[in-house]
Amino acid sequence: MRFVDEFRDPELGKVLAGEILSLVEPGRHYKVMEVCGGHTHSIYKYGIDDLLPENVELVHGPGCPVCVIPMGRVDDGIAIAKQPGVIFTCFGDMMRIPGSHGSLLDAKAEGADVRMVYSPLDALRIAKRNPERDVVFFAIGFETTAPSTALTLKRARAEGVPNFFCMCNHVTIVPPLRALLDSPDLRLDGFIGPGHVSTVVGARPFEFIPADYGRPVVISGFEPLDVLQSIQMILAQLAAGRCEVENQYKRVVPYEGNLRALEIMAEVFELRPHFEWRGLGFISQSALALSEAYADLDAERRYEVPGVRVADPKACQCGEVLKGVIKPWECKVFGTACTPERPIGTCMVSPEGACAAYYNYGRYAREREVV
Amino acid sequence: MTEAPPSSREERILGIIETARAKRPRFRDEQVTMSHGAGGKATQSLIEGLLVPALENDALAALDDAGTVALNGTRLAFTADSFVVRPLRFPGGSIGELAVNGTVNDLAVSGARPLALSLSLILEEGLPAEELRREVEAVAGAAERAGVEVVTGDTKVVERGHADGMYVCTSGIGAVDPRAEMSPAALRPGDRILVSGSLGEHGTAIMLARDEFELEAEIESDTRSLWPAVDALLDAAGPSLRCMRDATRGGVASALNELARAAGVAMLVSEAAVPVHPAVAGACELLGIDPMYVANEGKLVAFVAPDDADAALAALRSVEGGEEAADIGEVRTEPPAMVLVDTAFGGRRVMDLLAGDPLPRIC
Repeated sequence: MRFVDEFRDPELGKVLAGEILSLVEPGRHYKVMEVCGGHTHSIYKYGIDDLLPENVELVHGPGCPVCVIPMGRVDDGIAIAKQPGVIFTCFGDMMRIPGSHGSLLDAKAEGADVRMVYSPLDALRIAKRNPERDVVFFAIGFETTAPSTALTLKRARAEGVPNFFCMCNHVTIVPPLRALLDSPDLRLDGFIGPGHVSTVVGARPFEFIPADYGRPVVISGFEPLDVLQSIQMILAQLAAGRCEVENQYKRVVPYEGNLRALEIMAEVFELRPHFEWRGLGFISQSALALSEAYADLDAERRYEVPGVRVADPKACQCGEVLKGVIKPWECKVFGTACTPERPIGTCMVSPEGACAAYYNYGRYAREREVV
Repeated sequence: MTEAPPSSREERILGIIETARAKRPRFRDEQVTMSHGAGGKATQSLIEGLLVPALENDALAALDDAGTVALNGTRLAFTADSFVVRPLRFPGGSIGELAVNGTVNDLAVSGARPLALSLSLILEEGLPAEELRREVEAVAGAAERAGVEVVTGDTKVVERGHADGMYVCTSGIGAVDPRAEMSPAALRPGDRILVSGSLGEHGTAIMLARDEFELEAEIESDTRSLWPAVDALLDAAGPSLRCMRDATRGGVASALNELARAAGVAMLVSEAAVPVHPAVAGACELLGIDPMYVANEGKLVAFVAPDDADAALAALRSVEGGEEAADIGEVRTEPPAMVLVDTAFGGRRVMDLLAGDPLPRIC
């Protein structure tokens, strides 16, 4: 595959691994957080960890869109899905996230019409093909996916599709990062910045991290060479005593972001005063709702939903995993009560979740030999 | 009390997980969901947690692609398969052709030359006769190509709204070839893992044919009879051919995992050696799917003793459709029941059964 294989070249990987090794001080332990779940997935899928020195530790961050959805929102979604006549659409991994009484996949088995889509435009197409039914799209994601939801809503309005609605769960990346940096229980040396989010918001919103907290940030692409190079750039900053926002993903991310996308988002969405994050609790101004101008497309206004906050199961430590405070395997229920086939927490469901990535790909300690 | 260092704590937890996974899975779900049909862990819990214990017998418990029955000294292989694919026709094949090849292949990878098939049709009220006729002809054509006769069958009709046009069930019987001495227990460390061609074509072709992704690519289903490939392998490797699997639902990754568990061995796959066509690789990349988990309908995985692996590979490549056969890895001892991959990028990771994502019906 052109434009992909170039970024998966094992020989270049070895060169970067050598440069990384030459940048670390022996005896110093480095903790680098990859903010985005897409990076977590890449790290495990390609075995990037295996190319790093022992004293460079990758800490998985909160940027997994499915992982941060709290149980109460899943329950609200299921309540809408069970309304007569509704076709409920969502991304595939969302279907297996447990609510307090089962998942959307269970609701589907019980008779709800729940369909997996790959993009909000697929949901809009279903709405046009089924004019007698209400079609609800369960929107999730950071600033990465919010513009495509916004565009879909604009198109639904422009084309006069009267039966398309959106349950908006879009979240924003900066507030949880700030919350994380404010929490005392985590010491990090630097951040691998979220590449896809940055294509929309640009690099500027991350300047507070070096400015206020003295930590380097490198916005990174998702191919294995991207991730390795970003780690190399972070370590180079640390070695030189620099601390700034750098952009490794220049082929895609403009420093100022995508102004057109930001404009459309500003038109279609407004900030919620506060939003509950799975395991992290309520964070102010951290999520988006449909703006007044799009209120008639808002599924939360069209349907009665329970809107009840549901406490996470007691044993679940997704919050600590999302904050990088504990490793997936340090969670009390990891791999025993909570497995990908029978998940308790969200991090065990999404392929971008740290627990699922570790369980499915990394469940094999470096020290163990294959003989 | 002193706390163990992190690495040994991690080891201990991984050990607990592996022990738990080695046990027979239980079927604890309250209802059937689409996951139970996806060929991953949920399917495994349905088969090993409900069906095998309820019907307990040695032939079934072996969990091979076909059960073996002895009759007056002759070993017969017997198998059944159902086809619920949507759409009925897709690039490279159709449900009728699939129904013949699927059952023929379950027999073939059990080392049995297919002798006879049954054919049951469940038809939806309103199905155009033309479509039915076309599929019956597809069955006849595929059976002729596979050298097998359809000797019995059944028809049922259900009300409109059921059965998506038609469902097809076939069963097949075959005589186990005297050259074949295969079982998972025969796997030994050092055995080579061969695949009979490029992977992921059938599943990808179906997903694109469903027209849900607005992706266009020229990918055709690989549906074909595997008996010629098996025949050639038995000639080339004989008793060195340890075991085979038809890499259908769940793909090669699932077949490897099932055998690693059944035989208590480790497997190490070299990702760079796995043959995948660029169009399949590209479509899977976009859909976020690993081709190793995508269904094939004309590809087998064979385990061959190292000394005869090259001859076996040459035999596979000499058969039509097997030109891209490849040696993709090796059987190891530790860690037991696990499949690991050396990634093309130079790392190493686990390749487990999928938990059971709600994938579209592909066979």
